[in-house]
Amino acid sequence: MKRVYVNEQWCLGCHLCEYYCAYANSGQESMVKALKDKTIRARIKVEEKDGISFAVNCRHCTEPLCVKSCIAGALTQKDGLIVIDQDKCVGCFSCIMACPYGALMPNEEGVMQKCELCTTNSHMLPVCVSGCPNKAIVFEER
Amino acid sequence: MKYVIVGNSIASVGCIESIRKVDKEGSICVIGDEKYPCYARPLISYLLQSKTTVEKMVYRDKAFYESNAVTLLLGKRAKTIDRETKHLALDDGSTVAYDKLLIATGSYPFIPPMKNLESVKKCFTFMNLDDAKNLEKALAKESRVLIIGAGLIGLKCAEGIRDRVKSITVVDLASRILPSILDEAGSALVEKKLTDEGLTFILHDSVREFFNGDALLSSGAVVGYDILVLAVGVRPNISLVNEAGGEVNRAILIDEKCQTSIPDVYAAGDCCESIDYVTKERKVLAILPNAYMQGEVAGRNMAGDETFFDKAMAMNAIGFFGLHVITAGIYEGQEKLFTTETGYKRLFVQDGTLVGYILIGDTINRAGIYTSLIRNKTDLGTLDFDLISEEPLLMAFAKKERAHKLGDAQ
Repeated sequence: MKRVYVNEQWCLGCHLCEYYCAYANSGQESMVKALKDKTIRARIKVEEKDGISFAVNCRHCTEPLCVKSCIAGALTQKDGLIVIDQDKCVGCFSCIMACPYGALMPNEEGVMQKCELCTTNSHMLPVCVSGCPNKAIVFEER
Repeated sequence: MKYVIVGNSIASVGCIESIRKVDKEGSICVIGDEKYPCYARPLISYLLQSKTTVEKMVYRDKAFYESNAVTLLLGKRAKTIDRETKHLALDDGSTVAYDKLLIATGSYPFIPPMKNLESVKKCFTFMNLDDAKNLEKALAKESRVLIIGAGLIGLKCAEGIRDRVKSITVVDLASRILPSILDEAGSALVEKKLTDEGLTFILHDSVREFFNGDALLSSGAVVGYDILVLAVGVRPNISLVNEAGGEVNRAILIDEKCQTSIPDVYAAGDCCESIDYVTKERKVLAILPNAYMQGEVAGRNMAGDETFFDKAMAMNAIGFFGLHVITAGIYEGQEKLFTTETGYKRLFVQDGTLVGYILIGDTINRAGIYTSLIRNKTDLGTLDFDLISEEPLLMAFAKKERAHKLGDAQ
């Protein structure tokens, strides 16, 4: 399965992936409308310290601990992709307890959100990848 | 191959899903005493709180049983196992033959003897969907609710019904709330939150006798009530295996393949005692992730694919009125404490590895990074422990480890 991989050598720490992610999952057509004066709640997060930076998002694990720990049945694995049904999620934080990458976080309504590789929004291909100016984030089979 | 599963909750789903990864042909029969398809049991308090619905609580999609070719026998109870002929006898008089059997019977509410309890008309337990539906029917704006038990079940129940009743009083024999998962400071913090939200606690006390509308406590205090909820604790359902001569202690003993001592009989979930990964002691670790993973490993082994589950450990994520708590492992060894605006973080280190943590309030984000340190027994000397203690960051791992985590297929 194709996944998003990050290469910290090439990461500029520009956080554009976070902005593109928040925009892509906002449902808005315009990036300005989606992000202006809003708190950015991206599903990808840049860690940075002492000149090193890299982005972290869901690894779509083959043995997903988040799915196995979800008390609501809201997280499922579909053809390798880990997806969340936000209607079913009650915001218990069990997935946050389980995920070794820290790749789930609550949205503004208090239920969890996660990277679904842009398959569940209108963009079809991961926008963090296309928006990365230095190709530090790639979408490929490994 | 005839697979039979007694119990239709999370361990059962884990078992079905893993059997079908290995064996698409064998028959799977699930016997469940509730009349529902598998649903998310821990959500019953959220149901009363209107944060979910019965429809949304269904644990897998509608096609689940059909697409996995599962025969469901609902509303029936398995009574005995005949280990010689490999048959189960059900309460309707029928028998079911098995080649491989999973016992995933969960637990039942423990009700200690209390004088005059039988005279209480509106008395409920809070374990399953029918309990929640029954309690819901009794709720009224004017109800005074008395909950016996300040553990996870009693307190989630309290949160679920708080806005629908007049008052809630929680009585517990222990001197603090949630003692099974929290330290004293944590108990005090959550108790304060719940008190601020309108609950009344009477701790270190118990009911001496029930009267019509009043409960007399051992301390002499009297609590008026209209509805009683019993949430003292649970007991594993072990009788099937016990009566068939299988090894049991407090719960059914299983090994790392989730096998019981009876050939071809496996067990998973809240009815089991397994080895705690952190302490190496036998324990009942009745939490949902363990149930799923034990069911899953049992299923793999039942289908002939040798697999081990040795990572059962205590972990809980729970929240009350927006105050979240995540805990894991054991609270022993050297500790690191960080206090924050709305809570705190305690990390416990033994022999150079993280063995437990308590996170409350604004310290819970990315908690799974800490859980992974416990689960992987990561040598804390290989990472920047000061950094990761302060905040769970992948940055704290060595560069090579980061490259593996973010650059390899997981």
